[in-house]
Amino acid sequence: MSKIYVGMGTCGLSAGARDTYDTLKKLMGEAPAKADLHITGCIGMCYREPLVEIRDNGTRVIYGEVTPERAEEIYKRHVQNREIIDEYVVLHEKVGGELAGSETDFIAPQERIVLRNCGTIDPESIADYEAAGGYQGLRKALLNMTSEEIIAEVKASGLRGRGGAGFPTGLKWSFAAGNPSNRKFVVCNADEGDPGAFMDRSVLEGDPHAVLEGMIICGRAIGADFGYIYCRAEYPLAIKRLNIAIASAREKGYLGKHILGTEFNFDVKIKQGAGAFVCGEETALFASIEGERGMPRIRPPFPAEKGLWQKPTNNNNVETYANVPWIITRGAKAYAAYGTEKSRGTKVFALAGKVRHGGLAEVPMGMSIRDLVFKVGGGIKQDKRFKAVQMGGPSGGCIPEHLADTPVDFENIPQTGAIMGSGGMVVMDETTCMVDIARFFLDFTQAESCGKCTFCRIGTLRMLEVLERITRGEGVPEDIETLRQLSVQIKESSLCGLGQTAPNPVLTTLKYFLDEYRAHIEDKKCPAKSCAALVDYFIDPEKCVGCTVCAKNCPVDAISGQPKQVHVIDQGKCVKCGKCISSCNFDAVYKD
Amino acid sequence: MADQHDADFTFRLWRYDGEPGELIPLLQSAQEHFGYIPRRALKYISSVTNVPESTIYGVITFYSQFRLQPMGQHVIRVCAGTACHVAGATNLIDAVQDELGIEVGGTTADGVFTLFTVACLGCCSLAPVMMVDDETHGRLSPATVRKILRGYRRQAAKQAVAEQV
Repeated sequence: MSKIYVGMGTCGLSAGARDTYDTLKKLMGEAPAKADLHITGCIGMCYREPLVEIRDNGTRVIYGEVTPERAEEIYKRHVQNREIIDEYVVLHEKVGGELAGSETDFIAPQERIVLRNCGTIDPESIADYEAAGGYQGLRKALLNMTSEEIIAEVKASGLRGRGGAGFPTGLKWSFAAGNPSNRKFVVCNADEGDPGAFMDRSVLEGDPHAVLEGMIICGRAIGADFGYIYCRAEYPLAIKRLNIAIASAREKGYLGKHILGTEFNFDVKIKQGAGAFVCGEETALFASIEGERGMPRIRPPFPAEKGLWQKPTNNNNVETYANVPWIITRGAKAYAAYGTEKSRGTKVFALAGKVRHGGLAEVPMGMSIRDLVFKVGGGIKQDKRFKAVQMGGPSGGCIPEHLADTPVDFENIPQTGAIMGSGGMVVMDETTCMVDIARFFLDFTQAESCGKCTFCRIGTLRMLEVLERITRGEGVPEDIETLRQLSVQIKESSLCGLGQTAPNPVLTTLKYFLDEYRAHIEDKKCPAKSCAALVDYFIDPEKCVGCTVCAKNCPVDAISGQPKQVHVIDQGKCVKCGKCISSCNFDAVYKD
Repeated sequence: MADQHDADFTFRLWRYDGEPGELIPLLQSAQEHFGYIPRRALKYISSVTNVPESTIYGVITFYSQFRLQPMGQHVIRVCAGTACHVAGATNLIDAVQDELGIEVGGTTADGVFTLFTVACLGCCSLAPVMMVDDETHGRLSPATVRKILRGYRRQAAKQAVAEQV
């Protein structure tokens, strides 16, 4: 009996996995074969979606870019006639674990702990999770361990918070455990707000039970009987799968009263976010769960003492909880064997931007940026020059190519001025303008500042104005000093992490790419040819079909040409508004 | 009809059991029911929760998800996250604005589309992306985005005809 799995995470679905699934389902109805059809989460190779896996006799064959037509071919040749179609294979795991296929280089360097089940089990089936060893950690923690032993195990593993700050998880748990109270809470921060980060979404969509199991174990360790998962509203599929997981966990007795026949009670509720980045900050998150405006509160008191509803609370992010069942089942030693001395274990990175293999990769801590981008990530798209990698989202910074040998861990990344963050890695090439990236992040933090602290509310706006001016070619030499001053003031005068880190993207680009700022300000040039006001627009004669749309849309009649003939832009008249690029139906307009 | 619609919503509110922190879920439920949060829903919610209307208004305006104006039949969210930005989301947003003749935050005159940008949809590897309602579309260009929007528009037109018949 073979099993067919279709990757139905958000990434798969947006690449067309629904049509692929429907085609396979229809084919199975018309011409039944000895096979079952299942869904699964994201295996990380988002760049080859939609993916279809066929598993039989201990082998796994994953096919990439499976359009409905390919699905039909695969069904007829592989499922019905046992013939592997090599040209579509992205990964072939033979009996014994030997790997082959075009994406072996992407998978082979990975160590999958958090992503252990993502892309291999049906996330809507608790039986699949149990068959993969699921809820064994909970069983062990509840039946064979005291809460002190659980905390000691997590401490010994060296696990640190995967949300970005890297606080030792076991230590955090011991604080909440040590504060006596009639009520305690476990909170899971699934408000993955950093643009460029999507590992939490994939884990929730691909393996929701792992997060639940981690939370229940935490509840047992700190003495809490209730948990909240605060999930972004932008992740409807994650919420749907979490709801299914919670319902089936209740049915099986992993949630509710007397879990596994013990005296321990624990239940979980999902709280849907309502669109506010600042709610990723834990005290703001609590305010939001309590039904208020999500504004940060002053710490201390810390959440372990007075958190949600003034009760001792432990808050970790999705990936941190997903590590816990593995650590309890396999032991702290096995976990600590991965990674570096102070940053143990593995980390999931979301590779995006100008990298060939955009997707999710889980590697041991301490791998260099270069290895991540070039070995796992497959290098830069179209073989362009690697310029920088942005880590840590709006709180992080841009690490330039000459520092690419920096090991990725909690010790080394902050030395560059960036932060580890939650694992988003946006790769930039020679066509990315670093001033524009700084402007982009300030635009984001300025809009998301909750407004409580004056320096964050107004300072970020002033910085944004300066950056906008520079990208329009209207910058003045004093602007650089103004940006530096404002950065220091905002960092020192903001209450929460949002303001304290908001200037980081500007500071790191000023540090490593000052020449680009200068080129914008002094020469009125954008070296990356990205800033609309500082480049010229051209029409590619090979692509232009002479449809006249651009000429009709041009506000200054700078485009000329007869219908059905190649059009030309008059550079003297062009006001660089970019209307021609966005109106072209054939992607024929380019900037240079 | 409108009264029945309202009654359906107030019926939902009966299930409110006084649990603290339910204000945001109640507002989400109102938005789901009405498509936005009308003034009268705000009043209903205030009367069952005893939270002053002014406080509720403060919560509504804090979160970007909540709308005080009706939205179009299809809600478009173009991702303006980092990965989409470096992949040309700005051109995409321009193309959508141009195709629909509205600015970000606006609704088309025929009430078919409302356009928003969103900080990140978490589909960075398929950048640039946009979401129409709950459907995510990836690897877009100004040209493909126009095609997709025209598809939705044709569907909406067909529906409108069918409803008239």
